[in-house]
Amino acid sequence: MRLLVSSVSGALFGLGLLLSGMTDTAKVQGWLDIAGNWDPTLAFVLGGAILPMVLAWRIAARRRTAVLGEPIPPMPEQIIDARLLGGSALFGIGWALAGFCPGPALASLGWSGVGGTAFVLAMIAGMICYQFVQRRAVLTA
Amino acid sequence: MSLTAIPQDWLFGLAGGLMIGLAAAVLLLFNGRILGASGILGSTLDGAGQGTSDERLTFLGGLIGAPALAVALLGAPQTHVSGDVPLLIIAGLLVGFGTRLANGCTSGHGVCGMSRFSIRSIAATVVYLAAGMIAFYLARHILGAI
Repeated sequence: MRLLVSSVSGALFGLGLLLSGMTDTAKVQGWLDIAGNWDPTLAFVLGGAILPMVLAWRIAARRRTAVLGEPIPPMPEQIIDARLLGGSALFGIGWALAGFCPGPALASLGWSGVGGTAFVLAMIAGMICYQFVQRRAVLTA
Repeated sequence: MSLTAIPQDWLFGLAGGLMIGLAAAVLLLFNGRILGASGILGSTLDGAGQGTSDERLTFLGGLIGAPALAVALLGAPQTHVSGDVPLLIIAGLLVGFGTRLANGCTSGHGVCGMSRFSIRSIAATVVYLAAGMIAFYLARHILGAI
């Protein structure tokens, strides 16, 4: 059941990204292009996605455990530090250069060609690189 | 204003957005997991974080497989992936490293975090949006690199 839910959620997420146009790098870059031909579509996508989740968090707050028994993830400690801001800045730069963030890059792997595949492999390499740096930081701390 | 006065792309954006939010709501309420694409992919690689690897792999299978199937059946959507592969590799490295360092991306911080009014997620979203807009401006309008 847990695996059925995760695969259905993944499928719905991917189809939502496709329908919304966010798998098209030009739509995403159009949103970032405030000095050019600005495309507000991404705001509708983000707004549309946040609505059901506001409701879901309200339901979750009353339940405390998910339907299949796992605890609802607690609110993370509200630490705003250099990691959060610096990481987000690096992410934003890469997002702008390619027009891909992680979800749409994965969702469009089926048709995004050599460039899309290269992006995803590099993204995986970047994540592994982070793990390596993180492990070294822990060892030397 | 009638529906026909609204650009079709915005309506598709809203409808697709609702599906994304529904996907995140189902994952949260049934499995107790946060739908964050970078977190799910990243913890598949390092084994850390919430959830089990079979949950992550089935999620990724649905995420990659369902749109690929839809496209195979209905035809290819608009796509404008850059032909500059070295640029895409640099971008991918930045996105992979940055999202792990910040512990989230557009889905984790933008959708799941902001919808629970997490200040941390709102701060992350403001920064990646601003960085993205500035980087795009410099790369497109000043340097002409993209």
